[in-house]
Amino acid sequence: MTTDLITGLYIFILAGFLGFEVIRRVSPLLHTPLMSLTNAISAIAVVGSILIAGEQKSTLSTVLGTIAVTASVTNVVGGFLITDRMLKMFKKKDQKPS
Amino acid sequence: MSEQLIQYFIQFSYFAAAILFVLSLKWLSAPTTARRGVKAGEIGMLLAIVAALLHHEIVSYQWILVALVLGSLIGVPMAVFMPMTAVPQRTALSHAFGAIAAALVGTAEYYLKTPHLDTFTMVALILEMLLGFLTFTGSLMAFGKLQDLLPTRPLTYRGQNFVNLTLLAVAVLIGVYLIANPGATHLFPVFAGLCLLFGVLLILPIGGADMPTVIALLNSYAGLASAAMGFVLDNKLLIIAGALDGTSGFFLSIIMCKAMNRSFTNVLFGAFGQVQVSSTAVVEERPVKSATPSEAATILEAASSVIIVPGYGMAVAQAQHKVRELYETLSKRGVEVRFAIHPVAGRMPGHMNVLLAEAEIPYDKLSEMDEINGDFPYADVANPAARHDQASPIYGMPILDVDKAKTVMVIKRSMNPGFAGIENELYYMDKTLMLFGDAKGFVGEIIRSLSNNARG
Repeated sequence: MTTDLITGLYIFILAGFLGFEVIRRVSPLLHTPLMSLTNAISAIAVVGSILIAGEQKSTLSTVLGTIAVTASVTNVVGGFLITDRMLKMFKKKDQKPS
Repeated sequence: MSEQLIQYFIQFSYFAAAILFVLSLKWLSAPTTARRGVKAGEIGMLLAIVAALLHHEIVSYQWILVALVLGSLIGVPMAVFMPMTAVPQRTALSHAFGAIAAALVGTAEYYLKTPHLDTFTMVALILEMLLGFLTFTGSLMAFGKLQDLLPTRPLTYRGQNFVNLTLLAVAVLIGVYLIANPGATHLFPVFAGLCLLFGVLLILPIGGADMPTVIALLNSYAGLASAAMGFVLDNKLLIIAGALDGTSGFFLSIIMCKAMNRSFTNVLFGAFGQVQVSSTAVVEERPVKSATPSEAATILEAASSVIIVPGYGMAVAQAQHKVRELYETLSKRGVEVRFAIHPVAGRMPGHMNVLLAEAEIPYDKLSEMDEINGDFPYADVANPAARHDQASPIYGMPILDVDKAKTVMVIKRSMNPGFAGIENELYYMDKTLMLFGDAKGFVGEIIRSLSNNARG
């Protein structure tokens, strides 16, 4: 067992609890935008994909990495855009369209 | 910039991104701050991507650039032109993208480093690929069902659970063997194939009504796959973002399960379909009362409080805008109009709220089940504009107390049992008026009658 593993587990568990507490407070009104936003955030896998695609250690890893970057960038761009598009539609009574 | 400085910048950016992601979800809690939440998430993501690009291990940017452009070319149209009724499909598809990214990075890492992989990295890798591959095919199946490319009713066969569990067990066993012997590369494709197959079989028995739960669960798996990648690459940001997504999806699927009075295992292994067959057999012909649009208009005019209960049928008939007109017409005459939203209305958590918001219905008029149930006895008219019943008599399922209203009007195309295939007691009650017709046309006619009455 390395210290990295232990630190990683601490971070995972704490982030999980934090996430639970934060998400519990999200109004059911916004559960669809919540899902598309967390989906965009979990596209952080783009970081790992970029490294694999850029290291060019083997043809296989470069190909797989490039596909992975494409897939996660699709989620990053699409996820944030559609979340914002949905949220723009939520208006209170008498609130002027922004 | 010196190498040392770049390292600091990378680490700081990841750290800042982690904070921004948490803030992003925090701000999403209320509609007033939600858009700020999206901004925070975007900045966090931008920082993380820039930092990733600065890593000195990267020798060539050529393919990264190609992928960045290609991903944007796919992602932007998918977000900008997607109709709101299709958001569940889009979400399922994006879970598939996220999951396959994690699985492919895991695969690349495995082939690059094998057999020099320590046990811990192997455990994380196997988890990353198990979740990634099964979520990929599972989400594609969910997409197919939501898009009506595949039959939405549950596909079941004898011994299905046994086959699924055996398959999963074999995949896990091979995974464990690979953890112990990372050099056994010939087993790796078998492992990946079994995970992909399991994803398909897992979603086969799941019916349309259970999709909200399943989408939330796949969301959770995709997040956990990213977190596992974080363990493999020793990247804390990935662990945090993955854990946030994982808990969020898990939390939503629990809410959906509660709303349908089902347990997790029941959704995944229950195959709802069998229940329906037996319940439709005992249906007998019973008299119902029906009404015309002008009769409905007269009742609505005389009401002081109206609660509209939209179901997915409203969205299918594209009647949201007509419903908004009805809401406006009635509000102008001093009738209090509100909307009651059942947690599983629509095809993913919160879907109905988005559809009504798109039709420019103010969100402060949208009420959740628990807030509004006490008010039904005071409502003169409740109008479940639902073709498939939200107030389902499935025993124990939380229901909107529509039956407590003084008058109930139900818009439905015919008396055929709806989406869930279950008869609704509500339709046969004395105070219930059935309004037979297409939701969009019928609501339109009610509005016309209302304005005629006003003139006359």
